[in-house]
Amino acid sequence: MDLNRFRQRAPFEWELPASGRMRVPGVIFASRELVLDMDDKVAEQLANVASLPGIVDAAYAMPDAHWGYGFPIGGVAAFDAEAGGVVSAGGVGFDISCGVRTLRTGLKRPDIEAVKNALADRLFARIPAGVGSTGALRLSASAMDAMLRGGARWAVKEGYGSETDLLFIEEYGCVAGADPAAVSEQAKKRQRDEMGTLGSGNHYLELQVVEQVFDDAVARGYGIAEGDVLVTIHCGSRGLGHQIGTDFLREMVLGAREAGIVLPDRELACAPLNSSLGQRYLGAMRAAINCALANRQILTQLTREVFAEILPGARLGLLYDVSHNTCKEETHLAGGRRRRLFVHRKGATRAFGPGHAELPAEYRELGQPVLIGGSMGTASWILAGAAGTEERAFGSACHGAGRAMSRNEALRRWQGRSVVDELAARGILIRSPSFRGVAEEAPLAYKDVGAVVEAADRAGLARKVARVAPLVCVKG
Amino acid sequence: MKWETFAHQADVGVRGLGASVEEAFAGAATALTAAICDPATVAPRTPVAIACEAPELELLLLDWLNALIYEMAVRRMLFSRFELAIAGTQLTATAWGEPVDTARHQPAAETKGASFCELKVGCNDDGRWLAQCVVDV
Repeated sequence: MDLNRFRQRAPFEWELPASGRMRVPGVIFASRELVLDMDDKVAEQLANVASLPGIVDAAYAMPDAHWGYGFPIGGVAAFDAEAGGVVSAGGVGFDISCGVRTLRTGLKRPDIEAVKNALADRLFARIPAGVGSTGALRLSASAMDAMLRGGARWAVKEGYGSETDLLFIEEYGCVAGADPAAVSEQAKKRQRDEMGTLGSGNHYLELQVVEQVFDDAVARGYGIAEGDVLVTIHCGSRGLGHQIGTDFLREMVLGAREAGIVLPDRELACAPLNSSLGQRYLGAMRAAINCALANRQILTQLTREVFAEILPGARLGLLYDVSHNTCKEETHLAGGRRRRLFVHRKGATRAFGPGHAELPAEYRELGQPVLIGGSMGTASWILAGAAGTEERAFGSACHGAGRAMSRNEALRRWQGRSVVDELAARGILIRSPSFRGVAEEAPLAYKDVGAVVEAADRAGLARKVARVAPLVCVKG
Repeated sequence: MKWETFAHQADVGVRGLGASVEEAFAGAATALTAAICDPATVAPRTPVAIACEAPELELLLLDWLNALIYEMAVRRMLFSRFELAIAGTQLTATAWGEPVDTARHQPAAETKGASFCELKVGCNDDGRWLAQCVVDV
C-alpha cells in the first residue's frame, strides 16, 4: 500500500482524505507495517465505500483488512436512513453472520491429555463437517420459519442448550425484524439439511488451551485462567445465508440503476434503507443471522453430548458468541447526536466497550468479549471491547488474521498429509475429511494474527485479554 | 474449451476460454468444480437440467455458476461435464455429475456464491471467448 495517499492521525490510525466521489474519508486502524503490507485494493475499496449515499463519519478498515468484494474484508461502514443511507448485500457478504463462539469447559489441560485422541475422534464423528455433509435435523416449512424468526432462542426451545446460553450471545440469541417471507424458497431448500453443520473452508471446531492471560481482572470476569480448556466454533448461516447473499446481490445490482445509485463496483450492490428492496434484504439478512445463531447453538449441544460421553465432569458454559458478517441497527453518537445507524461489519467484530447497555450484566463493566479466530496451528485471541471504541469505528474490532496467500498458492506449497503430521508433532490433532482442504488452510497461509491483535489493542479498538492455543481442530 | 482457476487473496477465481461463449461458460463451470476438487475424479453419470435468463451476458455467467452452486448444494453432487446453449439472454444446459464421495473426491471447500469481483465475459480480438469471476469459498 502506498502510504503517501494517507495522513497519519495517530500512531495506529491512517486517514485516506475524501476526494472525488468520496462523501467521507477512509480510515485504517493498523500499524505502519500492516498498512504497508495491505494491497492497494483496500484503499480503492475503502474509497468506493466512502462514496455510498448516507454514509456517516468515515469508511473504516480494521487491522486485518484485505481485498474483498466491494467492501474490504475487515470493513466497517454505518449508514443513516434519514440521510438517504443504503444497506448493501455486498457489504455483508455471502457468509451472513459467520462468527465465533467460545465455550468454557471447567477443565484444565492435564484433564484432557489422556482422552484427547478420543475427543478428537468423537467430535469428528458427531459434528457434520465438509462438502456435502448433512445434519441430523430436517426442518419442515413451518419449523424453518420459526427457526429464522427465533435464532438461538428457537434452538433452546427445541432442546439444544439452556436459557443461560442466550445471555452470552449478541442480541441475546435472536435478532428482531427477521422476515422469513423475504427469504427465497431456494435459500430455505439449501438449508433444509444443513442445520447443525460446520461447513468447510476456514470453518472449524477447536479444543484450545488458554496459553497466556494479559488482563487478569477481565479474564477473571470472563471466567477463564491460564491452562483452561476451551471449545471454539467458527461457522455461519450455511447455505441459507449464501443463497440470500446471491439472491440480493443480483437484485440490488439491477435495482441500483433504477434507484439512481452509481456503483463504482458492482459488488457494492445496495438499496436505499427506506425502500422496499432495502427492507426486504434487512428482513432476509436478519433471518440469516438467526439461522447462524441457531446453527452454532445446535453445534454447541452436539459438543456437550460428546464431552458428556468422554468427560462427564465437564461443564460447557458459553463465554460468548460474536458474528462478523452483519448489518445491525444500532444507536451511536455521530455528528454530535445520538442516531440510529445501520452498521455494516464485513469481516469485523462488534466490540462494545465497558458500560454499554447492550452487554449482559456479567460483562457490562468489562466490555464485550471479542473472539478472534485462528488457523489450526496458530493462536486465537480473546479481547475485550475498549472504552471509547464507539467513537472510533462504531464499536468494532478485527475478526482474524486474514489470508496471506491464495488457496492456489497454498496448494502449491503444502500437502495436507504433511500439514497434519507436522501439527501432530506439535501436539495439535487435526481431523478433516479432506487433505486438500487442510493444505489450503495451512497455518502459514494466514497472516500473523498476533500483529493484528496488537494493532487492535494499540489503536484502542479492543484490549488483549488472553491468547489461546489449539489442541484439536475439526475442519470441514 | 480450456479452464483454469486463478488466485484471489481470500477466495478463488474461475475462468473458461473457448471458441464460443458456450465453451467459455462450460470452462468456467469446470473451473468451479476445480475450486472444490479435481474434476477428473468426478464421473459424469447423472444429468441435471439447468435453465437461466439474465439481461446481459455477465449476469448470465453469474446465474449459470450460481445455479450450479445451488444444484451442488441441494443434491450433494459434483459436476464434471457440461453442455449448454445460449440464445440471446437465455441459457439452457445439462450438467452431468455424481454424488459427493468424500474419500474419493477429497472436496476442499464448498462454494458459497459467484461474485461480481473480476467478472468478465467477452470475445478477444482472436475470436476466443473468455468467461470469468471470483467465487466465494
